[in-house]
Amino acid sequence: MDIQVRVWRQSGPDDKGRMVTYDVKDISPDASFLEMLDVLNEKLILDGDDPIAFDHDCREGICGMCGMMINGIAHGPERATTTCQLHMRHFKDGDVIDVEPWRAAPFPVIKDLVVNRGAFDKIIAAGGYITAPTGTAPEAHATPVPKPDADAAFEAATCIGCGACVAACPNGSSMLFTAAKVAHLGLMPQGQPERDTRVINMLETQDDLGFGGCTNMGECTSVCPKGIPLNLIGRLNSDYRKALRKR
Amino acid sequence: MTSFWNEGDPIVDEAAPDGPIETRWDRRKFAAKLVNPANRRKLSVIVVGTGLAGGSAAATLAEAGYKVRSYCYQDSPRRAHSIAAQGGINAAKNYRNDGDSIYRLFYDTVKGGDFRARESNVYRLAQVSVNIIDQCVAQGVPFAREYGGLLDNRSFGGTQVSRTFYARGQTGQQLLLGAYQAMERQIGLGNIEMNARHEMLELIIVDGKARGIVVRDMITGEISTDLADAVVLASGGYGNVFFLSTNAKGCNVTATWRAHRKGALFANPCYTQIHPTCIPESGTHQSKLTLMSESLRNDGRVWVPRGQGDNRPASNIPEEERDYYLERIYPSFGNLVPRDIASRAAKNVCDEGRGVGPGGLGVYLDFADAISRLGRAAVEAKYGNLFEMYQRITGEDPYETPMRIYPAVHYTMGGLWVDYDLQSTIPGLFVVGEANFSDHGANRLGASALMQGLADGYFVLPHTLANYLASGPYEKISEDHAEVVAARQQVEERITKLLSINGDRTVDSFHRELGHIMWEYCGMERTEEGLTKAIDLIRALRDEFWTRVKVPGTGEQLNQNLEKAGRVADFLELGELMCIDALHRAESAGGHFRAESQTPDGEALRHDDEYSYVGAWEFGGTGQAPTLHKEQLDFEYVHPSTRSYK
Repeated sequence: MDIQVRVWRQSGPDDKGRMVTYDVKDISPDASFLEMLDVLNEKLILDGDDPIAFDHDCREGICGMCGMMINGIAHGPERATTTCQLHMRHFKDGDVIDVEPWRAAPFPVIKDLVVNRGAFDKIIAAGGYITAPTGTAPEAHATPVPKPDADAAFEAATCIGCGACVAACPNGSSMLFTAAKVAHLGLMPQGQPERDTRVINMLETQDDLGFGGCTNMGECTSVCPKGIPLNLIGRLNSDYRKALRKR
Repeated sequence: MTSFWNEGDPIVDEAAPDGPIETRWDRRKFAAKLVNPANRRKLSVIVVGTGLAGGSAAATLAEAGYKVRSYCYQDSPRRAHSIAAQGGINAAKNYRNDGDSIYRLFYDTVKGGDFRARESNVYRLAQVSVNIIDQCVAQGVPFAREYGGLLDNRSFGGTQVSRTFYARGQTGQQLLLGAYQAMERQIGLGNIEMNARHEMLELIIVDGKARGIVVRDMITGEISTDLADAVVLASGGYGNVFFLSTNAKGCNVTATWRAHRKGALFANPCYTQIHPTCIPESGTHQSKLTLMSESLRNDGRVWVPRGQGDNRPASNIPEEERDYYLERIYPSFGNLVPRDIASRAAKNVCDEGRGVGPGGLGVYLDFADAISRLGRAAVEAKYGNLFEMYQRITGEDPYETPMRIYPAVHYTMGGLWVDYDLQSTIPGLFVVGEANFSDHGANRLGASALMQGLADGYFVLPHTLANYLASGPYEKISEDHAEVVAARQQVEERITKLLSINGDRTVDSFHRELGHIMWEYCGMERTEEGLTKAIDLIRALRDEFWTRVKVPGTGEQLNQNLEKAGRVADFLELGELMCIDALHRAESAGGHFRAESQTPDGEALRHDDEYSYVGAWEFGGTGQAPTLHKEQLDFEYVHPSTRSYK
């Protein structure tokens, strides 16, 4: 199939940036979206042009490194799919596809489609862990965990930290990301001792980093490649209120 | 033929205690020197890589009080490729009461490795496996549980007990997030300095000891040096030498290869694991291959049509015209034979013209029986995310039609040679996880990579590294030391050279061509003739690379092609060494199958009298003959036998 892509090109943080149109010919419908960009880049290099910079690594939907706005939707038109797992069979011959980086103040553009998501690591460092220094652990079966809790914790823990939720949110809020971690750890008995400090510290840190507030639009969950549910934000707010009351 | 390599002196692992194997690790820990807690904060350690081994090592060393500086090429330590491991992690907990024990895990691992691993290391791995599960549970890793609230287990290839702990099909992700979160806690406390988007491009050696690294800031292009008391490489395996593999695109050999060039021996480079259950290639645009967890073989049945060239849809092929070849050839292990055996069996049926799908390069993995036996919901609960992944990539529904799978390069058992302390032949340079060669012999069992990475990082390295640090103090080194300046200059000159060639071929085109050579001649089946040819082809390709590669842009910016060019340049050297190692080892063992060395019914034939050793290679110069140092392997406990899964 032949398509056109209009790609955001920005040489560095100080460049204003612009959309540039490229023709991509003879792409297999079985190619992934990133493979389509690989093919385009090979041509750009041989033509003496600057290839398009984009983040990617595992290309199997789990590392969370890739991510771009495709026709205005984070990770593109397929639900619960990362950009690397989006295949060209979901597009038609002759399509014109817009490709842009995540747009959020705490995720500044480094180059083209590459942004800095270091703010997510700072939210985790503020409390997204259970303090269990190596060697201190009791026997694993000492604390049974009810299966429904373990399963729900797992669902929340599947977040890959890609940042699509922030990119999709009109407020640039990281609430779904933070809520997923707070739920994962808060659902496990091991996570109880730090439950209150965790939620307070993570929320205050995300505010300090410049993420916006949540107004329950739900755009985050609709683009989340792992389908992290919106109700975890309600759970987060409930945990936060309880923690504040105790403070 | 010896002109391809030189014979050197034997090498011995002097760190491993002898005596009863059950107490070796305890005795080694007791003999190891300790560092006073007050002195630890004065000692700095560099850790390259943030996967299971590097992440767990960095967190544990920082918890102990050392100053840790971590590096990764990704934008966050959470993205290391350990995250993609699906199936599970082994541990000798014997929660199933099915006869498992530390000794059995040890035995299975030595046997699974085709008697090419060191007994002392493997026993220690089995011992600490039980601590890993405790540690991960304490961190909040949401392992699968049963209704009683206790941990669930499943069985995996190459074993007859259920000792694999798992978190649906995302075990690696959950374990890595556990290590990452422990790391982030230490970053928040100021005990780890994290340098994401930085790539190690050279090792700095002063007075024979590893004292630092040269790194490139991948955003600004700035080259800088970092000096420390010890260096830990946790940079993963080298499967991407094949271009197409299940590794992440960024996985590379540069950190370990640069150390090899500086004197660290590289052991058993030819031992590569070809994973039997991957999604087949779909076309020339293919940039990587995707693995489907081996756990699928617990319930899926592998088959091909009995007749050649049968291209009817799977549903139209009647039961009696199907060949469930693993169940037929290996009745006692069936679909759960180890990976090397399953892969080669798939290659054989495809070579016979009975493969399915495009190009006949695929076999079926069929869940119809499991769905009718357990119900669709039960199958979905176990494998739902894997089925979705398959459907997303291929557009086919595995609940309705059997999956098509084909082997792909997945893991590399070889790596930098280390002693029992995980120290390389360069003092002060420690190597953990897939980057070292130590525990899996010629073939790794499923669910053992996660076990080894975390064993090394959480429980082994922190003790042995302390012993090294306690043997100091090592003199302070300044940035303008001649060796530091020289290492930095080497990096700068290489980057300048790569950017100045400005030829007419892209980096990827060279990488793909190298991958074809490796897959064809150093893949699932190797011959003397093919390997000799491959060495010539690689040398010619490397010469061409250095005259025709085109790397756009400059060094002072984010330049993904420059990053790739440096990695491919190193793969072009490693590939040659892999072929030389494969050529010299004229036996079949584990993932290394030499067509000249097989039994009458086509199984791998080892030659223990000649090859019961670790092949540790010393760098001889680019395109020059490397020198082979043999570490003899002695088996006191598990006596080498013909590995049979029939």
